[in-house]
Amino acid sequence: MKIDKKDLMWMYEKMKTSRYYEECMEKAYLEGKQPVFNIGAGPVPGEMHLSNGQEPSAAGICVHLTDNDTIAASHRPHHNAIAKGVDLKPMTAEIFGKVTGSGKGKGGHMHLLDLKAKFSCGGIVAAGIPQAVGAALANKKRGTDWVAVAFIGEGAANAGAFHESLNLAALWKLPVIVVVEDNAWGISVAKSASTSVASNDLRGAAYGIPGHLVKDNDPFEMYRVSKLAVDRARKGEGPTIIEIETYRYLGHFQGDPETYRDPEETTGLRAKDPIERLKEHLLDNKLATTKDFETLDKKILKEVDEAYEFAINSDLPKPEDALDDVFC
Amino acid sequence: MSTKTKVRKLTGSKAMAEAIDIAMQEDKEVFVMGEDVAKYGGIFGSTTGLHEKYGDERIMDTPISETGFIGAAVGAAGEGMRPIVELMFVDFVGVVLDQIYNHIAKIPYMSGQAVKMPITLITAVGGGYSDAAQHSQCLYATFGHLPGMKVVAPTTPHDLKGMLLAAIRDDNPVVFMFHKTLQGLGWMDQIDASIGEVPDGDYIVPLDKAKVAREGTDVTIVGVQMMTVEALKAAKTLEKEGISCEVIDLRSIKPIDKETILASIGKTHRLLVVDEDYSAYGITSEIAALAAQEALYDLEAPVKTLAVPDVPIPYSRVLEKFVIPDENNIVSAVKKLMDS
Repeated sequence: MKIDKKDLMWMYEKMKTSRYYEECMEKAYLEGKQPVFNIGAGPVPGEMHLSNGQEPSAAGICVHLTDNDTIAASHRPHHNAIAKGVDLKPMTAEIFGKVTGSGKGKGGHMHLLDLKAKFSCGGIVAAGIPQAVGAALANKKRGTDWVAVAFIGEGAANAGAFHESLNLAALWKLPVIVVVEDNAWGISVAKSASTSVASNDLRGAAYGIPGHLVKDNDPFEMYRVSKLAVDRARKGEGPTIIEIETYRYLGHFQGDPETYRDPEETTGLRAKDPIERLKEHLLDNKLATTKDFETLDKKILKEVDEAYEFAINSDLPKPEDALDDVFC
Repeated sequence: MSTKTKVRKLTGSKAMAEAIDIAMQEDKEVFVMGEDVAKYGGIFGSTTGLHEKYGDERIMDTPISETGFIGAAVGAAGEGMRPIVELMFVDFVGVVLDQIYNHIAKIPYMSGQAVKMPITLITAVGGGYSDAAQHSQCLYATFGHLPGMKVVAPTTPHDLKGMLLAAIRDDNPVVFMFHKTLQGLGWMDQIDASIGEVPDGDYIVPLDKAKVAREGTDVTIVGVQMMTVEALKAAKTLEKEGISCEVIDLRSIKPIDKETILASIGKTHRLLVVDEDYSAYGITSEIAALAAQEALYDLEAPVKTLAVPDVPIPYSRVLEKFVIPDENNIVSAVKKLMDS
């Protein structure tokens, strides 16, 4: 499949934005946590699950989506949010616990929300899958061609919610796609120690739906199979599972001692970085120039930096605001 | 030769691992299942070092399949084994509540005790570090409400070890709740209360007894886990102002040790109950009801309670601090109680 230059540049932009966003977050998160790490300290406290390395799954499918399509993401949501076009300012402010955040500081990094981009995420593994199925159900009932996408980790494919949801979605032919981001690790448990099949695309057979496997974090192949899945969903033909073998460069959470894996593993993965691969492809095929990337990168840095400035300069909520918003 | 023995201090997590180790050595029917319990040693350190000693057969990492592996504990217990299962965060109970409250809790009763469920469900509770609404709850009362399970929440490393051993040996199902901040983990806030004296070897602490953590004469404060820790800090502050607080570490959510609480009210005539769980239908109401029913004429002032107002735990530090009671809230509540 030949992919439009426009789409490839779009994917590069989202992946690069996401990576730079996470690099900034890594630094912001460490503030107040050195020399002694304390998960509750600093301007960004709590658990932090970063997505460095996992960008292709998000960009490769979101390039086929519009504002009308819904996303339900996981506890590791930043790359998915960025690819879906979530407004970075309220997103970042939420992560900094500010009153200007998408949940007024009540939700935090695992509970980001953007109604315009139709994006949400959550902290309970696999919980987003049935919710995406529900969004797809609404789309079908209303006769739209809108689709819903659930992003999960490979660990979530062993939760009951995954299997119940896919059976429902297949039974009712719903326009939903489950993207399994296989980063090889469920915290410390290797995929081979948690999953009875080699890859989750095979599980499509159990529900009579297509399953696609994207090897080696390949953004081009992710683009291609996502197009098949999104087109199928829009035509009312039903759900699809896509599994992508992706990379988790960092720990499960920041502060994870990662004693369970060989540090060399990430060195090897970083050498095959998908953003660099995409950029090289664009340069080698003379689809873009070095100058084009300089201009684009500058724009990306500016947008992300502005989001962080907005977050940092925003006010904290008032303590008693904690009591508001339980009921409408 | 000196006869002085060095006091041995352990963190909460090491104390728990030691209890499991002793139980596994003495009884080959005991085994552990949970997410990240093997090489990682449990996200909150409860199985530290045990996988190296006992291997994959007895310290089993599971997929993220709580209904599957906690349900499997029911079947294994039915066959006479004594599973220890870890629910990583108590907040995840929603995924598996059916196996817990419809099966683990009810099978012994519905079978007229023909079938026992000697399962120990260990689970991490507590907030205070901005982990937001789905990773910061205590849910003490949720478990306490459901008949058929003993529910404990020890505070000190000494009690974590002794009560965990008692829980594993108990033929009833026991929900063993440990507080993340009291585990002494390197990546969390390091507080003094997470390290304490732990005797070597085998001992148990009963599952149904509260402990007077500090004696006093003017007011009784009942708390559990971090609220006991905060109450003890408050008691120190209040002592300087001439107010003598008796602090009771509840330890057992179910059954509640009425005797210890009533004896203390009989002595101080004032009661404050503090809880890191939600306020409505919670520990605070339960103990206030106990005081009203069985000690009304001993009270010189209405019972006071402090708990999380009925909101989910918010993320932003300033919001979370506002809803979780602490030393300062306790100090002012006690002063009001003394004035009333």
